Amino acid sequence: MGLRETFLPWPVLRQARAVAGLPGAGRGDRSGRGDSARSRVTDRLQPRTSTADRVVASVCPYCAVGCGQLVYVKDERVVQIEGDPASPVSRGRLCPKGAATKQLVTNPRRQTRVRYRRPYGTDWEDLDLDTAMDMIADRVLATRDATWTDEDSQGRRVRRTMGFAALGGATLDNEENYLIKKLGTALGAVQIENQARI
Amino acid sequence: MVQGSNMAECHPVGFQWVMAAKARGATLIHVDPRLTRTGALADLHVPLRAGTDIALLGGLINYVLCNGLEFREYVVAYTNAATIIGEQFRDTEDLDGLFSGWQDDKAGYATDSWQYEGTSVASSAGKRERGTRARHDGQGRSHERQATGRGHEHGSHGAALSDLSNIRRDETLRHPRCVFQLLKRHYSRYTPEMVARVCGIPVDVFLQLARMVTDNSTRDRTTAWAYAVGWTQHTVGVQYIRAASVLQLLLGNIGRPGGGILALRGHASIQGSTDIPTLYDLLPGYLPMPHPDAHGSLDEYVADDSADTGYWGNMRAYTVSLLKAYWGEAATADNDYCFDYLPRITGDHSTYQTVKAQLDGSCKGYFLNGENPAVGSANAKAQRLGMANLDWLVVRDFALIESATWWRDGPEVESGELRPETVGTEVFFLPAAAHTEKDGSFTNTQRMLQWHHAAVDPPGDARSDLWFWFHLGRRIRAKLAGSTAERDRPILDLTWDYPTSGEHAEPSAEAVLREINGRAADGTCLSSYQQLTDDGATACGCWIYCGAYADGVNQAARRKPHTEQNWVAPEWGWAWPANRRLLYNRASADPEGRPWSERKAYVWWDEGKGRWTGHDVPDFQPTKRPDHRPPPGARREDALSGIDPFIMQADGKGWLYVPAGLSDGPVPTHYEPQESPVPNLLYGQQHNPARQTSRRTVDPYQPSGDEPGSGVFPYALTTYRLTEHHTAGGMSRWLPYLSELQPEMFCEVSPELAREAGLEHLGWATVVTAREAIEARVLVTDRMVPVRVHDRIVHQVGVPYHWGGNGLTTGDSANELTHLSLDPNVHIQETKALSCDVRPGRRPRGADRIALVEEYRRRAGITAETGTAPRTAASPGGTA
Amino acid sequence: MSDGLLEQPTGRQRMGFFTDTSICIGCKACEVACKEWNQVPDDGLSLLGMSYDNTGMLGADTWRHVAFIEQDRPLGRQNNSVTVMPTGPSGTASTAAVVAAGLGDKHGSMLGTQTGRVHPGPQPHATPDGHVSPGGRTELRWLMASDVCKHCTHAACLDVCPTGSLIRTEFGTVVVQEDICNGCGYCVPACPYGVIDRRERDGRVWKCTLCYDRMTDGQEPACAKACPTDSIQFGPLDELRERAARRVEQLHGVGMPEARLYGADPDDGVGGTGAFFLLLDEPEVYGFPPDPVVTTRDLPRMWRHAALAAAGVAATVLAAFVTGARR
Repeated sequence: MGLRETFLPWPVLRQARAVAGLPGAGRGDRSGRGDSARSRVTDRLQPRTSTADRVVASVCPYCAVGCGQLVYVKDERVVQIEGDPASPVSRGRLCPKGAATKQLVTNPRRQTRVRYRRPYGTDWEDLDLDTAMDMIADRVLATRDATWTDEDSQGRRVRRTMGFAALGGATLDNEENYLIKKLGTALGAVQIENQARI
Repeated sequence: MVQGSNMAECHPVGFQWVMAAKARGATLIHVDPRLTRTGALADLHVPLRAGTDIALLGGLINYVLCNGLEFREYVVAYTNAATIIGEQFRDTEDLDGLFSGWQDDKAGYATDSWQYEGTSVASSAGKRERGTRARHDGQGRSHERQATGRGHEHGSHGAALSDLSNIRRDETLRHPRCVFQLLKRHYSRYTPEMVARVCGIPVDVFLQLARMVTDNSTRDRTTAWAYAVGWTQHTVGVQYIRAASVLQLLLGNIGRPGGGILALRGHASIQGSTDIPTLYDLLPGYLPMPHPDAHGSLDEYVADDSADTGYWGNMRAYTVSLLKAYWGEAATADNDYCFDYLPRITGDHSTYQTVKAQLDGSCKGYFLNGENPAVGSANAKAQRLGMANLDWLVVRDFALIESATWWRDGPEVESGELRPETVGTEVFFLPAAAHTEKDGSFTNTQRMLQWHHAAVDPPGDARSDLWFWFHLGRRIRAKLAGSTAERDRPILDLTWDYPTSGEHAEPSAEAVLREINGRAADGTCLSSYQQLTDDGATACGCWIYCGAYADGVNQAARRKPHTEQNWVAPEWGWAWPANRRLLYNRASADPEGRPWSERKAYVWWDEGKGRWTGHDVPDFQPTKRPDHRPPPGARREDALSGIDPFIMQADGKGWLYVPAGLSDGPVPTHYEPQESPVPNLLYGQQHNPARQTSRRTVDPYQPSGDEPGSGVFPYALTTYRLTEHHTAGGMSRWLPYLSELQPEMFCEVSPELAREAGLEHLGWATVVTAREAIEARVLVTDRMVPVRVHDRIVHQVGVPYHWGGNGLTTGDSANELTHLSLDPNVHIQETKALSCDVRPGRRPRGADRIALVEEYRRRAGITAETGTAPRTAASPGGTA
Repeated sequence: MSDGLLEQPTGRQRMGFFTDTSICIGCKACEVACKEWNQVPDDGLSLLGMSYDNTGMLGADTWRHVAFIEQDRPLGRQNNSVTVMPTGPSGTASTAAVVAAGLGDKHGSMLGTQTGRVHPGPQPHATPDGHVSPGGRTELRWLMASDVCKHCTHAACLDVCPTGSLIRTEFGTVVVQEDICNGCGYCVPACPYGVIDRRERDGRVWKCTLCYDRMTDGQEPACAKACPTDSIQFGPLDELRERAARRVEQLHGVGMPEARLYGADPDDGVGGTGAFFLLLDEPEVYGFPPDPVVTTRDLPRMWRHAALAAAGVAATVLAAFVTGARR
């Protein structure tokens, strides 16, 4: 191997040796197109599913079939996502969307910074997340105060706000939906909806 | 049987099981207006006109009843076929398309006359009264017919019946007022010839279909029906599924392996977001949101909405446990467990009403959590104009979707209807964490919870929604600290103390699932909803999920390989309720508790052990004998006998006929879509009279049938998904690998329609409805066929709905074309069947686009009134 | 012995793909799974109008390609009802009148659409050689098939590669070594299937490796793993050929006599392929050459002739020198 790595990085010479039956080439490779032609990169090939630091069990985020996914992580980055053969739902298979999941979570077009558009603004602005959270909390409370209804026009006790609404949840986790409904209900917001209605 | 779904394209990996069954000899049938990738592999493809499935299913029901092909023993024992209906009931056969109880002034039904004979009408009078009163809810919009969504609540748990022993049954099924005879009469005109005239399905094809289905529905064989939003997105959507339920019950295909009606849902956890609802009318576990007219106190709420018999009889325990989960120590017997903290609903507050409230200015703030209504919701323009009228908008997503950027580059900016300088909406875009970056559970379409584990941290400012809502709540609570306002008590008393970890203080999703699962007084995790009590000793965030964290173990995270367990695979994830994989599976055994056949054995009575056993968790009281008959006056589940498999129904029977709980009739009936190129051939009543419509200029409707002007929109149009994209595109149009597979918005037309309309393959077409005009590239294909309906040929146009203006692949949105006429039970819009015009060339730009649509409206004579009359003028039914 | 004709007895079972197109649902999971695993670049957004195929063909940036073929013939005993559906213009006489009235407006309209309507009239639709029903409609079936590099037994690409970049692996597959390839492109015209292709951006050639890296660790190729319906099957070639033969027989028994294998015959022009297919029509329908022949088949003979000729020339020249020296 030493000889091969040092002196024969280019396969042609080894191929010639193989065809000529000289040492230093793949055994039995009379055509010179097999082992004797292997390059360093080829020799070192390892699938990144085998070299990952860890494999995390997951579920496909697209449709509701619930195909099992395995998420391969190397150096704290997702390097591959593919089907989980153990799943009784999917037996390791994925559709094109499921197969594109790595691109979904790693693609550079993903927006990873808060964007802010002020009223009547013509463009996006930067805003730090902490400030955004505080502003949103203020907006919720202000709108709630302005629109709070203890009794409706027929004098019925409703103790609610119709001043703000939420839409979305079908792509989220159960735990997330639980918190949205719980907080919304405590705030008196009833217009909490998701794609299930659509 | 795949109908109302395009399973191979929309659920390809689920479809592997269909292909596996096919390899073992199963027959696959696909009913769809288009020959799709599902139809390409089917043994029989049945083309039909979009929007006529009830006519087809009714035709199959009629075929079964006329030929005596029902599974008689199953039908008699397990359904309400034998139940006698009250004398006051009048069918659509008597009233030309209306049922008894129609009230013109309320534009809805009073349902008293639909009751079983012998049951106390008074017991549920309050419910109905409230339901109709709510349509005039005093919000100054009396012209917009409202409904509370009461049907939805009962759709999940049926209505209360006062006393089972008073129900009259005729098990010979001969009584003229028994449900069986009533069905026979109701569907008697749904003949193969009528199916052909309404749906456009040739008689021979219908008969082949009918034989395939009935031959395969026996003791030894079962037929499964898979559907999706091809059924739900109609003004009679609920009745589509009801029609399938009637047929499947008659054939004995419910509660048995290989049978059922399978909802193929489109989002990872859309089932979960219904169970633990982000829905206005529900609390977790299908408990109804309270209504002020009848739910002043917890006692009134429970008395009004729980069934006396069946498992809903324990509703008080479920409710008190939820209130304890929400408000913990603050919820006590003395304060009704904080029942008063719950806000009240007084009508339809669903998402489409929210859009109208935004347009009116009463709804000022909006959170979008992974949803893109500017593309994915019906009447996309109304969605955007609503958002343009907000004070603030928070969008949480992966990319700058159309719902985040409409103020700078939406269609209304192009047309000049909006300018950024005049739009006052403050917009926050917050990047969302992906499923690989957070812990949590999805509930997939088979009611199964599956846990996904965080693999890496989210990038940049991206955070989970768990993080967002937890910290938003934390900040709000901090800002309100010390408040003495009564209305702030629910927030300050809320249990909101989830442990957090890591740099971003991510709350523990497992802690939330533990709360959902529920705990006993000593803090230990509960294992079954049967442990829940109504005295405040137990807390449970969602009673049907009780057991998901049994023994302190995250059951949703179980991943025992399928190769190491039985074919039901009970040790993978966790299915509600009680890890049961097949609902109502008591019906898989005969009344004596024996399997209907060896081949179809699933759950059966083991006399030796004195209990139910089988491949799955029995969906029945485990030791209730098949020959058990309850004593008079028994309550809750104890009121059901050993042959009542449908334990969530008050009478334990599968309902062929729905005496209460639906707002548009007890038996499914064919009505034409809100917009249809043809008249209703079965009744004088054209549309579902109880459907919801509005009279807003932003949401006009087209004339239908033989009304003047209907010829301006001569073609049927249907919308759909493609394998290569996902819903409104937020998770696919930004990905190169998916975008390149379907790189452009298109429409599909038959060669005949192309010739007629002057369209060229790969050229441009402009598709026009009363709402908007969009452009699309043309695919001319033999897979699109016209149908012969009554006296005319109807051509169909197909449009996928994934596209919008942002991302890698862009195009006009199909939802520009759609409208906001809704199903009255669940308030879902009719986006699967409309009518349209199609013309060659690209659509006009700028103001000319608006002018084109206005020209169409003028030619069709469209006014605010068009298409909004509940009852068709010529119909005499209103005299009932 | 399936690998008996290979250049190198591998000592291992020859591995390959059997793509059963009769159960392909055209989902394109194979295309995406391949690109994700092999980090193949996307290759542009273009609506091709070839049914649902917007990929077009195999190439440097497409190692799996799903073809969609809409054909005017039936699929076995399938009844897709198409021939019994009507043809003709839409509507009734009265609606036609409304439409006709509208046409006047449109023609004179300034509102943008480019061409007017064609007069609606009954024109039965049929393709020239199609089966036409009494109603004027033809039969229809929608075929889908996932294509890939064939990993030929006699691989011309391998034969002509001057750098040793192309190799035969221990699994009997043909792989490009990207650290060796110098982009000479000799292999491109040599491939009888038009599979191997140069990537514009880096000049090198690229094609399916049958996920060689995954195979070295006992994992199946990404496309086969993802395939929801098992249309793409991976395994020892001998087993796959047996399975395929049984499948053909089964299809013949259910009214699909047109089912046939492509690339499974060791005696064909390329000695059989490592990736072979079950087709429901002639190969050309799917874009395959009907009778592929390894383009280097005649090379040895040509080399012999060339050598003889060269020897002759050399002898003549030598003779000339010898005789010249004598002079």
